[in-house]
Amino acid sequence: MSSPDELAGSALFDRLTAAQLAAVTEAVREVTFAPGTRLFDEGQIAAGCWLIRDGQVALETAIPGRGLVVVQTLGPGDVLGWSWLVPPHRWHFSATATGAVRALQLETSQLLALADADPALGYPLALGLFEVLLARLQSTRSRLLDLYGSPRER
Amino acid sequence: MSADIQSTAAAAVEHDGGGETMLPVPHRVTGRREESHDCVTLRLEPCGRALPPFAPGQFAMLARPGVGEIAISISGDPSARDGSLTNTIRDVGAVSRALCRTRPGHVIGVRGPYGTSWGLDTAVGRDLVIVAGGVGLAPVRPILLGALAARDAYRRIVLVAGARSPAELLFRDQLADWAARPDVAVELTIDQPAAGWDGAVGFVTEPLAQLRLAPAQTVAFVCGPEPMMRFSASVLLSKGMAAGDIRVSLERNMKCGAGLCGHCQLGPLLLCRDGPVVDYARAQALLDVREL
Repeated sequence: MSSPDELAGSALFDRLTAAQLAAVTEAVREVTFAPGTRLFDEGQIAAGCWLIRDGQVALETAIPGRGLVVVQTLGPGDVLGWSWLVPPHRWHFSATATGAVRALQLETSQLLALADADPALGYPLALGLFEVLLARLQSTRSRLLDLYGSPRER
Repeated sequence: MSADIQSTAAAAVEHDGGGETMLPVPHRVTGRREESHDCVTLRLEPCGRALPPFAPGQFAMLARPGVGEIAISISGDPSARDGSLTNTIRDVGAVSRALCRTRPGHVIGVRGPYGTSWGLDTAVGRDLVIVAGGVGLAPVRPILLGALAARDAYRRIVLVAGARSPAELLFRDQLADWAARPDVAVELTIDQPAAGWDGAVGFVTEPLAQLRLAPAQTVAFVCGPEPMMRFSASVLLSKGMAAGDIRVSLERNMKCGAGLCGHCQLGPLLLCRDGPVVDYARAQALLDVREL
């Protein structure tokens, strides 16, 4: 089991009160993954969410003719796993630990139950998730801009 | 450059007492390294008297006779006092292509130094966070070289560098050397997935956002495409840094490089004179205005 201090400082939880943080901590446990561990596969039922503490996880998808292509990597402080939150609750990509990974695993069924029972907890938790997701979207948009491309290519 | 031009330029420098002149001073290419498919680093040595020393962040006007002249930031070691210059050039137009095609032994014209510096001396005793995107790694390289030459003068040194792909990362050998040092943290990331790359994939703001900073102790140096600098500065501000402690290197089309023609104007600034290095407290409002 993890302590509230381990969750504090993460943007995901920084809107929660001490009591709410303590409740959420009941749904969190520390896990480790050896290099090469597949955390989940694209298309599987999505359950679980991870706050990465150490190491790197690659989000991948299979492209015919190219094999497994890394879409994005996540590192310390990043949140892995969103698809549990919205239908159809299936993973959109596969996730593999590229090295040794230490993470806090959130039992999402417990989190959902906590949020349903107490909207005063569910709302700030959702805002925290939204903030992290928005940052991920902004950086993805930045990549789409191809800012480092040469003027000769336009 | 012909012998006639060379001797005229040398005479002009002599007459001018060796100070700044609008005449290009002949420099010979003594080293050439291909950094990527469209970037080349040239080492230049003066044919005659050397120009004044360049500070990190400053730029030179490099001329290929018969083709033209462009502004290029220095990318070399600021502590080198042998009169040599190092510039990294990307082939994006006629003049830069001509410069990229020079070979050892060729002579080009150089004017400078021009512009403001990164002000490394004002960051003594503080953490340095250097953020570079694409070819923006070239103008910040002198910061790293200068800081590492006086390592004890600074606290943490962190380099966060992004590129489109692994093949477009500049100074790859040096990046590996820096990453291997225990007293420098290097975070590299690429935008586009690439076979054989086992590092981070994502925009440069992602590893930047994960950095733990002591905002009041930190000076940030940011260089790259303007949107990348805006996004990176936004992340640094969200971490509690003061805008005045974030320094960016700005670009506009430069012609004279010496504050005379006005082509590099950005609002109230002439970037050849008041830049290219500008602190974000000054730059932010200007960059928010489209087509300023």
